[in-house]
Amino acid sequence: MGVIDMPAESQLQETGKPIVNDFAFMVATKNGSGSQTSNMALVRALFKMGIPVNGKNLFPSNIKGLPTWYTIRVSKDGYTARRATTEIVIAFNESTAAEDIAGLPSGGVCILPQEWNWGHTREDITYYEVPVKDTVKAFDIPTERREQVSNMVYVGAVARLFDIPLELTRKALMDQFGGKEKPVTMNYQVIEAAYNWAAENLVKSDPFHFAPMDKTKGKIIITGNEAAALGALFGGVMVVAWYPITPSTSLVDAIIENRHLRTDPDTGKDTVAIIQAEDEIAAAGTIVGAGWAGARAMTATSGPGLSLMAEFAGLAYFAEIPIVIWDVTRMGPSTGLPTRTSQGDILFAYFIGHGDTRQICLLPGSVEECFEFGWRAFDLAEQFQTPVIVLSDLDLGMNNWMAEPFTYPNQPLNRGKVLDKAALEKFIAEKGEWYRYRDYDKDGVGYRTLPGTDHPRAAYFTRGTGHDDRAVYSERSDDWVENMARLHRKFETTRHHVPAPVVDYDAARKVGIISYGSNDPAVCEARDRLAAEGIETNYLRLRALPLSPEVRDFVMNHERVYVIENNFDGQLCQVLRIEVPEDTTHMRSLALGDGLPMTPKWIYENVKRYEDK
Amino acid sequence: MAANRTIGKTNALGLTREDYKGGKSTLCPGCGHDSISNQIISVAYDVGLKQENVIKLSGIGCSSKTPAYFLGRSHAFNAIHGRMPSVATGATLANHDLVAIGVSGDGDSGSIGFGQFKHLIRRNVPMVYIIENNGVYGLTKGQFSATADAGQVLKYYGRNELPPIDLALEAIIGGATFVARSFSGHAEQVRSLLKAALAHRGTAVIDIISPCVTFNNTPTSSKSYDYGKAHEIALHEIELIPEGFVPEREEINIQDYEEGQIIEVEMHDGSYIRLKKVGPDHDPRSRVRAMELLEKAGVEQLFLTGLLYYEEPRPTLGETLNLTDTPLAHLPEHKLRPSKEALDKLMQGLM
Repeated sequence: MGVIDMPAESQLQETGKPIVNDFAFMVATKNGSGSQTSNMALVRALFKMGIPVNGKNLFPSNIKGLPTWYTIRVSKDGYTARRATTEIVIAFNESTAAEDIAGLPSGGVCILPQEWNWGHTREDITYYEVPVKDTVKAFDIPTERREQVSNMVYVGAVARLFDIPLELTRKALMDQFGGKEKPVTMNYQVIEAAYNWAAENLVKSDPFHFAPMDKTKGKIIITGNEAAALGALFGGVMVVAWYPITPSTSLVDAIIENRHLRTDPDTGKDTVAIIQAEDEIAAAGTIVGAGWAGARAMTATSGPGLSLMAEFAGLAYFAEIPIVIWDVTRMGPSTGLPTRTSQGDILFAYFIGHGDTRQICLLPGSVEECFEFGWRAFDLAEQFQTPVIVLSDLDLGMNNWMAEPFTYPNQPLNRGKVLDKAALEKFIAEKGEWYRYRDYDKDGVGYRTLPGTDHPRAAYFTRGTGHDDRAVYSERSDDWVENMARLHRKFETTRHHVPAPVVDYDAARKVGIISYGSNDPAVCEARDRLAAEGIETNYLRLRALPLSPEVRDFVMNHERVYVIENNFDGQLCQVLRIEVPEDTTHMRSLALGDGLPMTPKWIYENVKRYEDK
Repeated sequence: MAANRTIGKTNALGLTREDYKGGKSTLCPGCGHDSISNQIISVAYDVGLKQENVIKLSGIGCSSKTPAYFLGRSHAFNAIHGRMPSVATGATLANHDLVAIGVSGDGDSGSIGFGQFKHLIRRNVPMVYIIENNGVYGLTKGQFSATADAGQVLKYYGRNELPPIDLALEAIIGGATFVARSFSGHAEQVRSLLKAALAHRGTAVIDIISPCVTFNNTPTSSKSYDYGKAHEIALHEIELIPEGFVPEREEINIQDYEEGQIIEVEMHDGSYIRLKKVGPDHDPRSRVRAMELLEKAGVEQLFLTGLLYYEEPRPTLGETLNLTDTPLAHLPEHKLRPSKEALDKLMQGLM
């Protein structure tokens, strides 16, 4: 048997047995042709059949015309990671069809438009040709909709060939169009016609089938960016300032779309302000101003935007202002690959700001965590009066994932150490003083007042320049060092409050895997595969920086540790080497960073390569 | 109002002028900026401004240091270079009850933060935006700023070949509804304009020529004391008449008003700005005329001061966004976190 990515291939050739709910297909179309609607109709229909399903969009940095691919994987075992190879290709983009068909494994299936008269260049695959133009022509469809609706032909053909109940495709469209009858009918009639045509004209000669299961019952399907947006809205975000940038745009779009959640029913007025800034510097400045004045404020951006925010991130760290920055990471350096995923900002985010700066970073590994960190980030930011950067990525943020319904926040808003008028009076009565940056609790976190606090001693001067613990300008070395030492103390405190890693540990296992973020599904699947071959691994999924204390123990408690991440330089591994004081030569960086979501195959092959040595 | 006349006196809040001071200035003795700080102190004292409700905002530069030297009971934020406008945007969105006073310079607003300056105005962020304009970079020791005169010569940097940016004109083009120019040597006018600006609901821009005594005070520089004193042409005598100050209002001669001798503009809070003509004809209620006036002043090298442009303010940014009357920063948790039922309903929709 080959690697885990290709279970179907060998089965097919050897036995010809039906392959049920364990394969992947790829839809190749042109960007901007509206195929997102047809692809999501398929994903939703499969989800409604109860089959674990995951769809990933591999799209170009382009509005219209360049090739785009969408992969859909069904897995009866619930695996959701990307697979490098798919058994079925829907070749609807003539300019890439040759390559798309060449990429099919032996025994694979190709669905393509009949009107192309494409020659059957391969003997070892099945071709199904469907009349796209003629099917659509039968209906009165406005010209501007025709291209998009044409894609429904493959939905109908797939439904017929691989057994998706027609009614479920209709229900999927209902979801897609928010129950609007007109677009649903326009699209569904084409699906139905293609389905019927396939029933009459195509002879099924491949082994692939969908069959109903009950594995998606009670689950939801959502993108990470939408989850993050909901998390922020349930976290009481009050000011959102942003500048559009792929792949973070849909995060703010989802906040805008769900803004009604934060319209005060008593007054009809909004409790969240959303500002499209003139650039990312202004977006950062706006949330810094808002955070200072007592609002929960956030932005969402990606690499180039984060670069522009660096100066404000340093100011917010040093002036101790709570803000939340979502970095939905794309491939850098520079403009890089704007529509490809990456985990390449972790080092930059952790140290963002010139001088001695370290920032809290949260690392969501699922859409559930995008929601949870969506609200929790504000609690941490306000508790520690500091920026919190949430590092999602394009794969997690823009693709649709199956998930458990989100859990309502299990604790009230933590607004941190804020002294209002009464509290300030009490504080001064007890301590005889109040100074903004004095470390009264020995945790490095001072007490702040908000502008507008009606007390003659409430005011203080916020600045990025050197200051003493009274917030007074100071160039004295002792004041500077004392302040930096307190900031260090504060950062050390945060180690015990950031989300702890998720650890699967058995002392008998000698191999440890450390990873984070959207790699999780691929790591889990690769571990199963490795275990099946006798390589038992422990797994620590990091969920935040700074490192929680148990990370060091995990590193030191194994004979070999693999740090798996989706960037080129092995950035988390570098952080681990900086922060784990012991010799870590037994720790190896497995970093890919090819712009695509991590595959179990790559992890499996690389761990195995070193374990077999 | 001079400081020595107010010793021992108190204002409507029972505070002395001393109570409105900040720390001791560290700017060069004679700096125009210190004079402006003093006028801010006087005006705040005069009108009985509640300092606890004021925020002072600035960027980086000599001008941006000054919030430390006035209104010591107000929260202040000395941000990064050129980015005060965005910080002010966020702070006033978080709490629209705050009275925001921003202090910027010609480097801050005319160069590094030019974009933020324009966009703040476009959004009509409610604040008084003071530019302390001296045509030169002081803290980095005497480079030209973008408002420096064309043809001007400075010691180390030679001759400036580039035309100046007129920040008042830029403010008008950008959509500001209150735009004034003044001279830090003209204390009375600075005070009148500050009072009127504080009553304005929207972005009120005051571009104050404020000589740099160290790097740009040669009499040939249009940003020097000597030049300003010799060439300043005030357009009007400016007076803010508080709301309900009826007797005074009845004295206004309608004939004069029609002849353009006295112009009154009503402010949002019911107070009036009364302008008595003392210089060239100018009706600040016309945007086109205001721009014409500044173009002409630029060509003819006229140093015109006063209220250049005023219009009924557009809705402020927070109003445009339909935000709650309660400042966002004061909202209780139950207004900020939707219910569990709301989440459950959303989740049902995603199944």
